[in-house]
Amino acid sequence: MSQGGGPTAPLLARLKARWPKSMRGDRLVAFLVLLPSIIAVAVFVYGFILWTFRISFAQWDKFMPNLQPDYTFVGLDNWRKLFLDDERFGIDLRNLVYYAVGFMSQCIIMGFVIASLLDQKIKGEAIFRTIFIFPFAVSGIVTGVAWKWLMYPSAGINLLFDSVGLGFLKNNWYADTNYGTLAITIAAAWQMTGYIMALYLAGLRGISAELREAAQIDGASTWNLYRYVIIPMLAPVTFTAIVLTGMGSIRVFDLVAAISGSGAGYATDTLAFYMFQLTFQKNLFALGGTIAAFMIILSAFLVGPYLMSMRHEVER
Amino acid sequence: MTARPLNWRHTVSRALIYGALTVLALYYLMPIYLLVITALKPYARVDFTQMWRLPQSIDLSGFLTGWKAVAPNFINSVIITVPAALISSLIGSINGYIFAKWRFRGSDTIFLLFLVGMFLPYQGILIPLVQTLVAFGLYGKLSGLILVHCIFGIPITALMFRGYFASIPNELVDAAKIDGCGFFKIYRYILLPIAWPAFAVVGIWQFTSIWNDYLIGVVVLSRPTLSPVNVAVKNIAGSWTTEWNVQMGAALIAALPTIFVYLALGRFFMRGLLAGSLKG
Repeated sequence: MSQGGGPTAPLLARLKARWPKSMRGDRLVAFLVLLPSIIAVAVFVYGFILWTFRISFAQWDKFMPNLQPDYTFVGLDNWRKLFLDDERFGIDLRNLVYYAVGFMSQCIIMGFVIASLLDQKIKGEAIFRTIFIFPFAVSGIVTGVAWKWLMYPSAGINLLFDSVGLGFLKNNWYADTNYGTLAITIAAAWQMTGYIMALYLAGLRGISAELREAAQIDGASTWNLYRYVIIPMLAPVTFTAIVLTGMGSIRVFDLVAAISGSGAGYATDTLAFYMFQLTFQKNLFALGGTIAAFMIILSAFLVGPYLMSMRHEVER
Repeated sequence: MTARPLNWRHTVSRALIYGALTVLALYYLMPIYLLVITALKPYARVDFTQMWRLPQSIDLSGFLTGWKAVAPNFINSVIITVPAALISSLIGSINGYIFAKWRFRGSDTIFLLFLVGMFLPYQGILIPLVQTLVAFGLYGKLSGLILVHCIFGIPITALMFRGYFASIPNELVDAAKIDGCGFFKIYRYILLPIAWPAFAVVGIWQFTSIWNDYLIGVVVLSRPTLSPVNVAVKNIAGSWTTEWNVQMGAALIAALPTIFVYLALGRFFMRGLLAGSLKG
C-alpha cells in the first residue's frame, strides 16, 4: 500500500483523506452500529440461501452423528429425481396450483368485497373490523385444530348443511383425494382475508370523496365507479395482496400439519410439508434441500417484482 | 353530509349491506364459537351430532386437562417470545433510526437487501440454520430459538421503524446536531422518547408472529418438554386418542395471549398490518 514503509503518520493522514466524506464521524458510527445486523442478514439470509443450493447438488442422504454433512457433488441428480421420478413431488406441484388459485382468489375477492362494504359509512364499523381481522392474530396451528373439526367429513359443516336442507353441498373436504388442498385454503383464507381487507380498506380511505362525487355527478353508476375508478386506483394494493397471498401459498406448512398432514393420495400435501418430512424425518437432507431451493426460486418470482416496485419508494 | 331522501331503495340497500356484514361476521366467528363450546363440554357430551349445540352446563375439565398438558410449553413460549420480541424491537429501532436518519452511500440498497429476508420462505434456509445451531451448541435450546427469531426479525422491524422515524422531521435531528448531540444522544434523548407508538406496533407484531410460529419451533425445539406451545397443541391434536374437548381447550389456551393482545391493542395491530406491507 504505502511506498517503502514510510512513517505511519502520513499514511494515516492519507487514509483519512481517501476515506469517503460520507463515512466520517457519526456516519461511521452509524455504519458500525448497523454492521452486526448486516452480517447477520448476509449470513442467515443470503449465505444460507447459497448453502441450501449447495446442498441441493450434494449427496447427503443419511443421518450422521452431529449432523455431519455429506457434500459429495452429484450434479443435478436430486433435481432430476424430484422432477422426473417423484410422483409425490408432482402431486405437490399440482396442489400448489390449486392452492394458489383457491387461496389467492378467496383472500383478494373477499378482502375487497368486505372492505367495500365496510367503506359504506357503517355503524359499528370498528366491531366488524375487529371480527374480520382477529383470525390473523390466531396461529396456524389453532386455526388448523378448529377447521379440522369443522371440516370433519362426518361432522361439522356437513352436519349444518344437512340441517338446513343443503345436503347436496356435503363433501369430503380435506379428505377428498383430488381437491383436498382446496379445503385447506378455506382455513387459510379465514385467517388471511382480514389482513387483505385491512389493506383494501386503507386504500379505499385514500381515494378522495371529491373524486367519487365527481364520478357520480358525471352520471357514473356504482358499478362503473368501481369498474373504472376504484378498482384501477387500488391496483397497487391488489399487487401487494397478490405478493402476500402468493408467498402464503408457497410456504403453507402449519395448517397442513394441523389439519390433515399429506392427506389421502397426498391431496393436501405441500412442498413445505414434503420438504420437512424428507429432511427431518427421513434424513434425506439433499432431497429436502432441493425442494427448499425450488421454493426459493418460486418466491423470487414474487419478491423480485415487489422489491423493484418498492425501490423508487425507498430511494427518496 | 347532505340528507338523502329516505326512499325504499336506499333502505333496502342499507339492509342488504348490514345483512351481508352480519353473515360474514358470523362466518368469521364460527371456528372460535366451536372451539369455545367444545372446550366447555365434558367429554361424554362431545358428540358429533350435537357439536353445534351450546353446552348444557359449563364444564371446565377440557380446559383444565388441556392446561395441564400444555402448561410447561406455554411457559416455554413466554420465555421465548417476550425476550425475542423486546430484543428484536430494540434492534429494529436502532436499524430503522440509521436507515431513516443516517443514510450513507449504499444504505438504501442495504435496506432493500434486508427486505428480502421478510419474504423468504423459512424452508429455504432451514437445513443450514439447523447445521449452524448444532455447530454452535444452540440446537435444541430456548436461547437458540430466541436468537433465530431476533435475526429473522431484523428485516420487518427495520422496515417498520424506518417508516416511523422517516415521518419525524429532519429539522429535529439537525437542531440536535447543532447543539452538539451525536449519534447515540440523538437516538437516546430525541427519538427514543417519542418512539413508543412504534415500539407498540413492532412489539405486538413480533410478539404475535413469534408466539404463533410453528415451523422454526418444531425444527429447533422438537423435544416435547422444551417445545413452544403451538408445537405442543399440534402434537395433542394429532393424536386420535386425545378427547376433542381437551384438544379445543389446549388450542384456546395457546391462542389466548395473542387474542388478548389483539383485543386490548388492536389499534397498534392494525397499524402493523399496514406498516408491514404497504410502504417503506
